[in-house]
Amino acid sequence: MPSIRSLRLITGAVAIGAALLAGPVVAQTTLENASAKYRQDLAEGNPADLWVARGQEMWTQPRGPKKVSFESCDLGQGPGVVKGAYATLPRYFPDAGRVMDLETRLVWCMVNQQGYTHAEATKLTFGNGSRHRSDLEALTAYVAKESDGVKMNVSLADPHVKEMYDIGKKAFFYHAGTHDFACATCHASDDLRIRLQYLPNLTKPAGAQKAYTTWPAYRVAQGETRSFQWRLHDCFRQQRFPDLIYGSDLSIALTTYLAASANGAVYVGPGIKL
Amino acid sequence: MNADRRQVLKTGGGATLLALLAAAGWIPSAWADAPGWSKADFDAHTMDDALKALGAGKPAASGDIAFFSTPDIAENGGVVPIGVNSKLPNTESIAILVDKNPFTLAALFDFPAGTEPTISTRIKMRETSNVHALVKAGGKYFVTSKEIKVTLGGCGG
Amino acid sequence: MADPMKIRANLVGDSTEVKVLMSHEMDTGLVKDKAGKIIPAWWIQTVKVTHNDKVVLTAQWGTAVSKNPFMSFKFKGGAKGDKVTITWIDNHNDSRTDTAVIA
Repeated sequence: MPSIRSLRLITGAVAIGAALLAGPVVAQTTLENASAKYRQDLAEGNPADLWVARGQEMWTQPRGPKKVSFESCDLGQGPGVVKGAYATLPRYFPDAGRVMDLETRLVWCMVNQQGYTHAEATKLTFGNGSRHRSDLEALTAYVAKESDGVKMNVSLADPHVKEMYDIGKKAFFYHAGTHDFACATCHASDDLRIRLQYLPNLTKPAGAQKAYTTWPAYRVAQGETRSFQWRLHDCFRQQRFPDLIYGSDLSIALTTYLAASANGAVYVGPGIKL
Repeated sequence: MNADRRQVLKTGGGATLLALLAAAGWIPSAWADAPGWSKADFDAHTMDDALKALGAGKPAASGDIAFFSTPDIAENGGVVPIGVNSKLPNTESIAILVDKNPFTLAALFDFPAGTEPTISTRIKMRETSNVHALVKAGGKYFVTSKEIKVTLGGCGG
Repeated sequence: MADPMKIRANLVGDSTEVKVLMSHEMDTGLVKDKAGKIIPAWWIQTVKVTHNDKVVLTAQWGTAVSKNPFMSFKFKGGAKGDKVTITWIDNHNDSRTDTAVIA
């Protein structure tokens, strides 16, 4: 800054023009640095760990009318195996005849193994404070944490998964709603942002990787740990679309597209986000 | 609601008012301050009142108190990381105060001998404000201050 | 019943570094719910940390401490296997005590 000021004094009109141009750039960089530092200062203790601990405890408890724990729930790595499971989801599950993401698979286990109705299992998908806590958000945080440090590896070899990937990609670019929005409106260009928050370009591997590998995440603004289903649900709300149904094929298709786009990157969640 | 309010207004008086508020469900019945919590310190609305309540008088500015891992700009005032370290000998306590919060004193930490006079926590800030680290060392008070800009307030929103 | 805290206590050189996350709403009493009703203030007021029954830190908090509070500090001494116990009490006189072993 002082150098710009002295330049203006010394070289006159031309330099004034340059300084005026340089001003906003300097300000923006300062803001960016400050923003990066704030995020760094936040990273030390992630309250998502509270959700992870709750999910971990829930995992081994007998649950539902049938009093069955999640230890018989197969996330694709064998019954009860959580290590690395999140990094391979969504995948095709022959027992369900569907491609499923983590949340959908957990609901399937609650219904088919623990004896809950679907309505009971999905009664509270997104929590609201300590009086209305979502089991699914805690379970999702726990299972995801067990992939911390594991490389994303969503296989498209199965034609069912490939089909969902293709549908998800189409849906990502599909314009709809009163505001003629698409996911791509905000997430297919570099350097777009809301306030100080940069919006990831999810059509590029780097953007998709950075975004996908940090969900689920503790949302500072909400004081809640949110799953990827929540992320998509809220993106639909922001686009003024109808509600995205939890575990719907559309939600799984979009998840498949974005998860597979993150392949090769190391999963590092649950994250902490504003 | 309106009837309740009128009744409250008519009755006036501290104890009766509290009882009415409790009866109306405005104050949880189990409401009771934790033992050892200094209500007077935390009720202060201004820096002057807080210093008075704490018995800190006019604290001297000190270069031996430092903020660390504390941002210049917080994008969400609901969660502002604050780290304070004191190099003053015989540091007994560190208080964190926020000028423009509804209540000035945010937190007070007491350090027995053997505990490093260093603390990290996270606080809410209503708006951009000066944040003060007030240290009691050897029976005297010292302070250092830092402005933290808040781009989104921490009281709801 | 309040949820367990998440406590980490690690020996770093000759000091024990303690990091704790607590599960608490920390309602300020200044925010309204969707129906326009004030959500009453509900917050942790005191925190006490002991190492093998010796107090190593006490704290008093106002409503300005963030939801799901985080705190970190260091004390001299402590050995691997020693216990660090933390207790908080809120303004409902609800409390929670958890213990971690120094690693």
